[in-house]
Amino acid sequence: MATPLKVERYTRASRIALPVVAAVIIAAATIPAWGSSSVIKQGVTFLTLVALGQMWNLLAGYGGLVSVGQQAFVGIGAYTLWVFSEKVGINPFFCVPIAGIVAALFAFPTAGLAFRLRGGYFAVGTWVIAEVYRLLVTLISWLGGGSGVSINSARGFSPTTRQAFVFWWALAVAVGSIALVYLILRSRRGVALTAIRDDEVGARSLGVNLTRSKLWVFVIAAFGTGATGAVIYLNLLRVGPEAGFSLQWSALMIFAVVIGGLGTIEGPILGAIIFFGLQQLLADYGTWYLIVLGAIAALVVVFAKKGLWGAIYRRWPADLLPVRRRLCLETVCFPEEAPPAQPPQYPIVQADNLSGEQPPAPSPGPGA
Amino acid sequence: MTVILQGEHLTKSYGGVRVVDDLSVSLDEGEALGVVGPNGAGKTTMLNLLTGTVTPDEGRVTFSGADISRRPPEQRCHAGIGRTFQIPRPFEGMTVFENVLVGATYGRNQPEKASYELCARALHRADLLPRANVLAESLGLLERKRLELARTLATEPKVLLLDEIAGGLTEHEVHSLVDTIKQLRAEGISIIWIEHIVRALLAVVDRLMAIDFGRLIAEGDPTEVINSPQVRDVYMGSMAP
Repeated sequence: MATPLKVERYTRASRIALPVVAAVIIAAATIPAWGSSSVIKQGVTFLTLVALGQMWNLLAGYGGLVSVGQQAFVGIGAYTLWVFSEKVGINPFFCVPIAGIVAALFAFPTAGLAFRLRGGYFAVGTWVIAEVYRLLVTLISWLGGGSGVSINSARGFSPTTRQAFVFWWALAVAVGSIALVYLILRSRRGVALTAIRDDEVGARSLGVNLTRSKLWVFVIAAFGTGATGAVIYLNLLRVGPEAGFSLQWSALMIFAVVIGGLGTIEGPILGAIIFFGLQQLLADYGTWYLIVLGAIAALVVVFAKKGLWGAIYRRWPADLLPVRRRLCLETVCFPEEAPPAQPPQYPIVQADNLSGEQPPAPSPGPGA
Repeated sequence: MTVILQGEHLTKSYGGVRVVDDLSVSLDEGEALGVVGPNGAGKTTMLNLLTGTVTPDEGRVTFSGADISRRPPEQRCHAGIGRTFQIPRPFEGMTVFENVLVGATYGRNQPEKASYELCARALHRADLLPRANVLAESLGLLERKRLELARTLATEPKVLLLDEIAGGLTEHEVHSLVDTIKQLRAEGISIIWIEHIVRALLAVVDRLMAIDFGRLIAEGDPTEVINSPQVRDVYMGSMAP
């Protein structure tokens, strides 16, 4: 065809959303200047949850890899932080990217084992592997064994400085994880991942190498999760094998993603906001907090399979982050809306002038 | 005539059932081969064996002379085997254009931007260009079938395997699909077409094979095969003499 082709990415919603998002990020970055210590600390909790959710969503939502062993990489990130700041002597704040890289390196042997399994077996397999990492740490006395270790080098900074840097790192991993997923989806790889999300068999028949895409996603998710793990423990300052490799981490990620909406960028952010909000609201109610969380998760899974973002998107289909591709000829784009379905021109079923006796009333059962 | 795609003595069992039983199929370059057979005869499994979605228990598959029996589906796609699925499997969360883009970039293994032209051409040939930016989940059956075709055309296949692509369509829709497939044939694509709608098949194919219980029961000139006693028996039931 001679007509020049063009592919548009931006949508009206995204043109509005992107500057708003930028403003929110800048505003958030000023929080350490005016926020109280507890606000900053909670901000870190929230932001790291956003990052963990994005990474799990990349893994499960796009790669089809439902892992419940991501705590392995949180723990590896935390211990990498300790090793490099305490044993090697690097400034703890520079250890965050190192933690990501080390976690990504551990992703290769982990994938080598876990990728032999499919579906539910994969999920359980990743969990088992995470448990093995936990047990190994417990057995290595150099890593503090079962009693854990303290990140003392971070205590060398004044509390205000330390909190501010931890917060900025948390903001960086949150924004970075969203940006990472966004850029991946806009890239060529994103085409394959979205296809894998929707139908693996179809994707393969069109030339997509599943194993390669999945390994790629697994390593990237490990990188993001490991870096986030380091930020979390820069905040907590003490890590032990039980806490660092706790299944709780995966539960958190899964909750945020499933509530918000699997396989979208916006969903896990929304999920993190809801989870965080509930945590604040119900903090004083002890066990009830967990019951409410469980009930909400169950309701969303039953009534809104695509999560809350999915339900919102169904009503107002607006992509805040422009990951779509629209094909245009010169300046004219093909419409995005399907024309309304034409009602059939003839009756599909018709019955005229029926006559006949009423069916007999059901006779009462023998027990009546 | 050179053979482009060949399956030799293919056998596949699920549990105790031999779905495909010592079945051989061969397709010449530029040829259109039709496949008929009752439900459960093993037609789709045969196709899956050729595309690599299913691996054979016995037998081998060759493409342009090379043994591809152990190659995964994506590699067979790269080699030039395209297929459509009987029950369309669109990527529902993607637009029609994005669906086709998967085939063009990964099937042809080229950068995304270099694929746009190919996508537009595939969409045009499948009569879907005006629907390019519609989400695939909102398509009706005919358009879903056309999307199956467009996606696989974007991989520029040398061989096209069609699995009941006309099934469930109206008379008029079948006609327009037959026209499209005829045109693809004229462009030199070799075709294996599984179909229940015999009239549509006869309008396109050079040769017909009939299978039942995973075995070949008749093969040859399309009209002769359809009228052969073996095929009549399978479809109508054998008459007692």
